[in-house]
Amino acid sequence: MGLRRSGLDRERRDGVRRPRLSVLAALLLACAVLMALDYRGGQSSPVEPARRVMGEALGPVESATASGVRPFAGLSELFRSRDSLRDEVDRLEQENADLRSKVAASGFDRSRLEQLEGLTRAATTWGYALAPARVIALGPSQSFKRTVTIDAGTDAGVRPDQTVLCSDGLVGRVIRATRTTATVLLILDGESVVGGRIGVSRELGFLRGRGEVGEAGRLDLELVDHAVTPSEGDAVVSWGSEGGAPYVERIPIGRVTEVYSSPRETAKRAVIEPYVDFSALDVVGVVVPDDTEGDRSLVRADGGVR
Amino acid sequence: MTALRAVLALAMVSVAVVLQVSLFPHFAWEGVVPNLALLVVVAAALTRGPEFAAVLGFAAGLFVDLAPPADHIAGRWALALVVVGYVAGRIRSDISTDTGAGGRPGATAVVIAVAASSFIGTSVFALSGLLLDDVGASVGQMLQVILIAVVWDVLLTPLVLPLVMAVFGRLWPPQRVAVA
Repeated sequence: MGLRRSGLDRERRDGVRRPRLSVLAALLLACAVLMALDYRGGQSSPVEPARRVMGEALGPVESATASGVRPFAGLSELFRSRDSLRDEVDRLEQENADLRSKVAASGFDRSRLEQLEGLTRAATTWGYALAPARVIALGPSQSFKRTVTIDAGTDAGVRPDQTVLCSDGLVGRVIRATRTTATVLLILDGESVVGGRIGVSRELGFLRGRGEVGEAGRLDLELVDHAVTPSEGDAVVSWGSEGGAPYVERIPIGRVTEVYSSPRETAKRAVIEPYVDFSALDVVGVVVPDDTEGDRSLVRADGGVR
Repeated sequence: MTALRAVLALAMVSVAVVLQVSLFPHFAWEGVVPNLALLVVVAAALTRGPEFAAVLGFAAGLFVDLAPPADHIAGRWALALVVVGYVAGRIRSDISTDTGAGGRPGATAVVIAVAASSFIGTSVFALSGLLLDDVGASVGQMLQVILIAVVWDVLLTPLVLPLVMAVFGRLWPPQRVAVA
C-alpha cells in the first residue's frame, strides 16, 4: 500500500519499520466509533445496513461451502465432545473398510430424509406451516454468542422475529434475514429469554440460556409464581408471544432436570435440558404464515407440501 | 498493483472468515473453532510488520463482526485484531533484532507469536464485551474459551501460517520491505 513508500525513511537500524502512531490512532478510533454507533443504535443501528450487505454477499458463499463439506463431515458432528468422537471412531473401526464408505454415504442421505420426515411430523403435530431450511454456518464460541445461519431468507418468506424449530422442539428465533439467508438466535444464547409453561400445572416461567452448547447446553427456568415447585422430569413447552412473534405457543422446549431453591431468592430455579440436540442441528423449520409464497415448498400444517 | 494486492489480501481474509463459520464447526471443540482470521493477521504481522497488520486486522475484524451469523456489537473483533496486528508486528521486530536484519522468524518464534496473539485477541474481545454489556457468557466460560482458542490456533499454525506467510512474502517481496 502507499503507506510503505512514505515509511521507508523510518526504517530502523535493525530493518523493521516502526508503525506510525497516526495510523494506529485512526484505526482504534474507527473501532471505537463503530462500537459506539452499534451500541447506541440497538435494532435501528446504522451498522445494520452494512450487516445486510455483508450477509447478502457472504450468505451464498457460506451456503456453497456448507453444502460442499457436509457430505464429508456431517453437521451431526458439530460440537461433539472428544469422548463421543472417540467412541464414534471405535465403532467405525469395527466396520469393514469397504462397507464403511457405503454406509457413510447412504447413512448421510437417510438421516437427512429422516430429519425432513420429522419436520413434516412436527408441522402436523403442532399445526404450523414451516419453511424448511438447513444450518449453513455457526458462530464460533470465541464470539460468546449462540447464533447460526440458515439457508432460507426473505425469498422464502422468512422475516425477523419468526420462530425456528426442528422435529425435536424449539430451536430459536430469526433475528435478521437477507434474501437467501437468515441469522437465528438459539435459545441457548445468554441473552435469549423464552416464555414457557411447565408440566401439568401449566405454570408460567421464563427460560434463559446459559450461553453454552453441546452436552452442557442448559436453560435456567424462573417461575412467575414463587409458590410453585416444579418437579424433575416435568416437560416445558413454549408459552407463546402475542401474535406468535417471536415465539409461537405449544412448542416443546425441554424437561426439568434439577430444581434449586435458595433462602436468598424467593423464586425457585429449575434447570431445563432442551429436547433439541444443538450439537447436531441440521434441518430446521421456520414458522411462516400459511399463505407464504416463496422460493421453496412449504411444509403445511396439514402435512402437505406446497 | 497496490490495489490488486489489497484485494488479494482481503480475499484471503474473507476465505478465512467463511471457513471459520461454515467448515470449522465440524471440528469444533466445545464450540470453539480455530480463529483463521486471526492467523492471517498474525502472518501479515510477521511478514510485513505492525502497521500493515493493524490495517489488515481492522479489515479482517470488520468481516468477522459483520458476516452472518455474527450478532455482537460491531467493531469488537476489529478492535481485537488491530491490537493483535500491532502486538504481533512488534514481536516480529523483536525477533528480527535477535536473528539479524529482516530475518524471517523461526518456527518457535511463530508459535509464540500465534499463542500470544490468540490470547490477546480473544481477551480483548471478551473485555470489550464486559465493558459494553454485550457478554453472553460467564467469566469462567470466557477463560475456558480463551484457553481452548489458544490451543486450537497453535495446532493450526503449522498448517496455515507457512502458507499465508508465503503468500504475503510473494505479494510484497521482502527486499522492498526490510531494507537493512
